[in-house]
Amino acid sequence: MARRIMEGSRAVAEAVALCQPQVVAAYPITPQTHIVHELAQMVADGQVKMEFVNVESEHSAASVVLGASATGVRVFTSSSSQGLILMSEVLFNIAGMRLPVVLACVNRALSAPLNIWTDHQDSMAVRDAGILQFYSENAQEAADLTFLAYRVAEDHRVLLPAMVCLDGYVISHAWEVVDIPEAEQVDSYLPPFQPRYRLDPAHPLSMGMYAEPDKYIEARYMMQQAMERSVGIIQEAAHDFERAFGRPGPGLMEEYRTEDAETVLVAMGSIASTAKMVVDQRREAGERVGLLKLVAYRPFPGELLYQALKPARRVVVLDKAVSLGAQGPLGTELRALFLGRPRPPRISTFIVGLGGRDVTEAVINDALKKAGRGRHQGEFLDLRPDLELEGV
Amino acid sequence: MKEIRIFARAGQGAITSAIILALAAFEEGKHAFAFPHFGSERMGAPLNAYVRLGDKPIRSRSQVKEPDYVLVQDPTLLTGFNVADGLKPGGVVVVNSPEPPEALGLGLNHGRVVTVPASQIAQELLGRADRSNTPLLGAFAAATGEVGLDALREAVRQRFPGAAGEKNAQAIQRGYEFVKSKEAVS
Amino acid sequence: MRITTGCVAQPGTSQNYHTGSWRTGLKPRFLHVRCTACDLCPLACPDGCIYGNGRNTYYADLNYCKGCGICATVCPVDDIEMVPEEAPLLAATEEK
Repeated sequence: MARRIMEGSRAVAEAVALCQPQVVAAYPITPQTHIVHELAQMVADGQVKMEFVNVESEHSAASVVLGASATGVRVFTSSSSQGLILMSEVLFNIAGMRLPVVLACVNRALSAPLNIWTDHQDSMAVRDAGILQFYSENAQEAADLTFLAYRVAEDHRVLLPAMVCLDGYVISHAWEVVDIPEAEQVDSYLPPFQPRYRLDPAHPLSMGMYAEPDKYIEARYMMQQAMERSVGIIQEAAHDFERAFGRPGPGLMEEYRTEDAETVLVAMGSIASTAKMVVDQRREAGERVGLLKLVAYRPFPGELLYQALKPARRVVVLDKAVSLGAQGPLGTELRALFLGRPRPPRISTFIVGLGGRDVTEAVINDALKKAGRGRHQGEFLDLRPDLELEGV
Repeated sequence: MKEIRIFARAGQGAITSAIILALAAFEEGKHAFAFPHFGSERMGAPLNAYVRLGDKPIRSRSQVKEPDYVLVQDPTLLTGFNVADGLKPGGVVVVNSPEPPEALGLGLNHGRVVTVPASQIAQELLGRADRSNTPLLGAFAAATGEVGLDALREAVRQRFPGAAGEKNAQAIQRGYEFVKSKEAVS
Repeated sequence: MRITTGCVAQPGTSQNYHTGSWRTGLKPRFLHVRCTACDLCPLACPDGCIYGNGRNTYYADLNYCKGCGICATVCPVDDIEMVPEEAPLLAATEEK
């Protein structure tokens, strides 16, 4: 194990290289570019052996890794924002063909208006594709989740693609201390990819066949079952992580000072880091506040979340995305957990940090303050009072 | 934990400054977190980079609003930006300028200003006045003691192996010595 | 019937599917009189069920022919005609 200081993108690139994918294809888009830039450099320098395929669009990048994965090799791709949604047509196919492609999504807002900064709207736009989605708090977790993503995705009880999400700039372009494991440790954690089916000219077969109404819903049901099974597989992988790497790794979620907490914040990604500071401050002031950081958004570990949040009196959800016309996706799903259950906590849901608006301690404190009273469902926080908004 | 805000123009190496500071602090056994407030900046556009240094893992990932230290790499940014905005009491503003601190008229009542002719040092040692980031880092080390001269020089050699790193290590030293000599006089 | 992970199918399954049952009244009759072996009819056939090699050798595999009539339309020498399902084919064709 070597603790070094490096850029978040570099940490992900090194983690990917340690997983030894045989084919990498990607198209540059800010802020994802550094990851594949680093990988391309490693290939050019002869440090890693993989086929790096330059393509003319994200749609092609996803298509290349689809085809390569179908031949039975480990693959990697990466994108952000518009690039990810351009991939989305292929991503649904990758999932339906049950190919364990691993993709890093460096989270960035969607156009229009054009914005290159971070929020979770891009990965949320493909949340229903059948892709496992993990959100990282920092560079270490982004690297660790890369190992976990391959392991869970390639498990024959799962066989679904996986997306490691990391917030643009605040993780991808930030330099911090990261512990990158040794190759032998990764090898002991991640067995070689054994495809269940693979394309081979000597033994032809077709994947992702046509399914009429008499079979399609069953195929979708099979994917749903795989997603549900993956909850246990992720727990298994998280458990084995410590044995392989000698330190705890990420799992479905992380509970931070939630024991006896009356108020529990729920957040995903880098804002969990700032939220932990707020929790510490509130605890020092004698308030019983905790944080539940959700790492696995797909599969959505509903029952475990319910059990974790049930004792709280107040739940405060911070969404870095909005389902326009409804509310924040995480807030909506958390609220649904408590429908028809006895004595649910008061759940307040907020939308924060869209398009890179800094989510400061003050914003999180504002959410906590508001949650103490009134009804807050998908309420936008930190809107500028000095701007005139035409038509509002 | 100490928080640092860097003012510069895109292309002047402010992000590299932040990284070198983080590398040097890490060399000394500290935790460090460095990140740019990246934008779609073009060469010459004003930008900020941020560094946090501490003995424990650093949690805060938001921009630095109340810095302990401010580095101003381009003195033209003193007009148009309140560089000392939010400066903590006892904070230090290190400015790349050939002028003495009092000539800048920053009028701080709870912190001090240190100047260093970083562009001149860069022109002399590196052949380019816009490579003022490394002498400014040396000045920062001398003025604040937050990071050691040796660690900074080692960090720049690590980041830029070969002749470039060596020259920049000299530039760091020159910036450092400039501030130390002024302190000795006063 | 079994659905595999990723809806994977073994090859050759479409051969088991006799789409010739879809014909709704007409089938092609190869006259073998003016044929020049231009090879347009097998190229144009959407089901790929026309076989032949050389003048006056072409025929359709009626297990798969859907009776669309494209072969008769593209034939430059009018050597293919569409006839009712019950009409006899030429002896030479039927032997094939």
